[in-house]
Amino acid sequence: MQVKINGKAEEVQGATVLDLLKAKNIDPHMVAVELNNTMLEHDYLATTSVKEGDQVEFLFYMGGGQ
Amino acid sequence: MEFTDEQITRYSRHILLPEVGGKGQKKIAKSRMLIVGAGGLGSPAALYLAAAGVGTIGLIDSDVADLSNLQRQILHHTPDLGRPKVVSGKEKIQALNPDVNVVTYEDRLIAKNALELIRGYDVVIDGVDNFPAKFLINDACVFAEKPLVHGGILRFDGRVFTVIPKKSACYRCVFKNPPPPGLVASCQEAGVIGVLAGIIGTIQATEALKLVLGIGRPLTDRMLDFDARRTSFREIKTRRNPNCPLCGEHPTITELFDHEPESCELKQAKVEA
Ligand SMILES: [Zn+2]
Repeated sequence: MQVKINGKAEEVQGATVLDLLKAKNIDPHMVAVELNNTMLEHDYLATTSVKEGDQVEFLFYMGGGQ
Repeated sequence: MEFTDEQITRYSRHILLPEVGGKGQKKIAKSRMLIVGAGGLGSPAALYLAAAGVGTIGLIDSDVADLSNLQRQILHHTPDLGRPKVVSGKEKIQALNPDVNVVTYEDRLIAKNALELIRGYDVVIDGVDNFPAKFLINDACVFAEKPLVHGGILRFDGRVFTVIPKKSACYRCVFKNPPPPGLVASCQEAGVIGVLAGIIGTIQATEALKLVLGIGRPLTDRMLDFDARRTSFREIKTRRNPNCPLCGEHPTITELFDHEPESCELKQAKVEA
């Protein structure tokens, strides 16, 4: 199925949001996750499945400024 | 308050704009903006806001100018090495525009002083380099109900995000807490392309002026991410999070506190698409 990850359409296997993160080698602690424009609590990453057409955002921390 | 002939000439390109005019220029002249961090982001923001004729600019920073800063922190010049950044910054601002009243704080923003400081200003600009301070600024702005223009830069990436407390998403609506220690490297190790500070800091200044003028659409409920490698901007929609620990329905943060100090950058595994 196709989902949009950070604005780009991608073909993924039916899975949970946590599976998507694992497939991309992203430590869940390093991102805030948005599913269809709503923040997804970290507690629900493993139990929330991704559906065809979903929009997923993995927001990384961006810290510097000096 | 009336402008002198000289001021009318100085600000003429603003006054010519129907959205600004003499009335808007007076709003700018009466405004008070606090810039937290006189570094990469704070430098361009301070210079453009000074040029714009902002009445009072507050500068808070506890550091002295270091040689490795000069690649991006354009408030500080080579002869300023070793001098407090707020002193160096104040000189540049006043040389550019003597109309501006510059208030300096050679200090760190901490839970103890943040609220009192922020309460004296209309808009706060986040130009700090570490997460504990970024979260503190967000919290203090929400408690004081002062608009905040958040900014961040790392390597080739930058982000701007405006928070109008209790009306739009705050930083904690998106990121509940600073990243866990151990996953982070310092910004000295990470590096940053110097011009990025100019791009992001200047957008922050634009947002601050718009807020004071009350024009256009603020960068609220959306994060603006910039990728300098591709020269591309992307907007990520956000909204107030009912589970936000600060401004949500059942807040767990009810007073200011300092997060454990840690370094400023997250080793990020890029999302490769
Ligand atoms: Zn919030």
